Amino acid sequence: MKGIKEKTFQAIAYIASLLTAVCLIAIIYGIFHDGLPLFKFISWKDFLFTNNWYPVYSPPGFGAWALIMGSFYVTLGALIIALPLSLGSAIFISEIASPGLREIAKPVIELLAGIPSVVYGLFGIAFLAPLIRQWFSLDTGLNLFTSSLILGIMVIPIICSISEDAMSSVPHSIREASLALGATKSETIFKAVIPAAKKGIIGSILLGFGRAIGETMVVLMVAGGAAQIPKSIFEPVRPMTSTIAAEMGETIMGDLHYNALFALAIVLLIITFFSNLITEIVFRPKRQK
Amino acid sequence: MVERQIWTSNLNLWFGKNQILHNINLEAYKNHITAIIGPSGCGKSTLLRCFNRMNDPIPFMELTGKVYLDGKDIYAPKTDVYAVRASVGMVFQKPNPFPKSIYNNVAYGLQIQGKYSKSEIKDRVEESLKAAWLWDEVKDRLHHSAMSLSGGQQQRLCIARALANKPKVLLLDEPTSALDPQSTAKIEELCLALKNSVTILIVTHNVAQAGRIADYTAFLYLGELVEFEKTEQLFTVPKDKRTEAYLTGVFG
Ligand SMILES: Nc1ncnc2c1ncn2[C@@H]1O[C@H](COP(=O)(O)OP(=O)(O)O)[C@@H](O)[C@H]1O
Ligand SMILES: [Mg+2]
Repeated sequence: MKGIKEKTFQAIAYIASLLTAVCLIAIIYGIFHDGLPLFKFISWKDFLFTNNWYPVYSPPGFGAWALIMGSFYVTLGALIIALPLSLGSAIFISEIASPGLREIAKPVIELLAGIPSVVYGLFGIAFLAPLIRQWFSLDTGLNLFTSSLILGIMVIPIICSISEDAMSSVPHSIREASLALGATKSETIFKAVIPAAKKGIIGSILLGFGRAIGETMVVLMVAGGAAQIPKSIFEPVRPMTSTIAAEMGETIMGDLHYNALFALAIVLLIITFFSNLITEIVFRPKRQK
Repeated sequence: MVERQIWTSNLNLWFGKNQILHNINLEAYKNHITAIIGPSGCGKSTLLRCFNRMNDPIPFMELTGKVYLDGKDIYAPKTDVYAVRASVGMVFQKPNPFPKSIYNNVAYGLQIQGKYSKSEIKDRVEESLKAAWLWDEVKDRLHHSAMSLSGGQQQRLCIARALANKPKVLLLDEPTSALDPQSTAKIEELCLALKNSVTILIVTHNVAQAGRIADYTAFLYLGELVEFEKTEQLFTVPKDKRTEAYLTGVFG
């Protein structure tokens, strides 16, 4: 009896993992299948590095450089805003706050990490964009700066909570070792605790990066949507994700524009693949002889 | 003639409402090994940690009395706690090397102080590893992770790390309780060699260990210093009934 149960369970687990793998392969296959035909029309170099995204002109232009840079700038801006705040608060919660405060702060941050991105987008459109338009006397508050700010606020809880976990799981004995050698509390944090937690911290940053570059709803709502290389942080931008979301409805299945949006998806897929690969390499335990 | 290096005077300590140490008067002599023995929970670690102010960060810790290092009260206002900790090294019960290279473990204390050149640090690392009898085993892999060392080697690395600060006093809190008999023997011999250059205070739950290496032994019971004598004397003619009972294994 027990044997049969055991066998059934194993079979179910096997089938489940098989299905997962099939889904994954199907998605990747589908994206490449519908994306690659674009490159019969333009070379991948022109697609990646020229700046003329005019998908509905005739003849159409599919140079995605501005969209790629849009994703890059928005993500970079988000990380510049998020890193000091999230790492600072991780340090505070893990190393400085009283146990009581920590008990409250941890779940609050994890709650923030669970808010759907459309809520952040709404907040951006309704409150932040008008403020920024006023403060800096701009034509529009929907721009690179506002979207970086919102995305940054969105990834703070992710980076903070994972790097806080990494720091607080550094054994107490490491802190004692450092203090007993004459280090101050801050020297202990920066020279003993953070180096010991660096894998988790780097992982949290990569995760935040992945979240920011893949985020669609926020940038669709607040980035402004101009397919141009921004000349200042207050100009609108158009990342790859929001381009796909916004333009998919205008395409006809199988036309070049449709293929071009899938080609953007290939770019996103490759970026995500590499950021996961780096995470993997960072986290792989070092072999010791 | 023995000379005092570090000693307490009417030392009392509380964690919150619990008084852990009661009026302790204990002296450790220059270039001698002093052992603190006693049943588990009697306050040995807490007492040891008074000598380098490692109890300070514990919330609700209160302390009265004095602890002198070379005649200076280390709890006096305006004392540089960090300097005290650099000159009173500590080795813990479980080896706790940093997850860094062997070299960077030993260099840590000096790098923190920030007043040594790279080459001075390099020399001091070598000197300290030699003093801790670890040099020959690690000299070809100084930049490997300290985590790759065996437990006994890790503990000697922790000793080397403390010695790099050139401390006057070395505090050892049951340094061999997590180690195998061979590593234990090695560390005991090492202590005997080190006492020529540093004053040693060692907490041990192992009475025989105190007998093997300590010149003086203190018996602590329920936070009270019951007896403090030359080791042979305490072991052969204990004055207090409780000491005798502990030594003969009646409790603890
Ligand atoms: N951080 C602390 N906070 C509160 N009480 C403590 C703390 N550390 C130790 N104690 C208490 O102090 C007493 C002595 O502990 P300790 O010095 O570790 O004993 P020993 O080293 O002799 O086993 C114990 O009753 C223990 O519960
Ligand atoms: Mg103890």
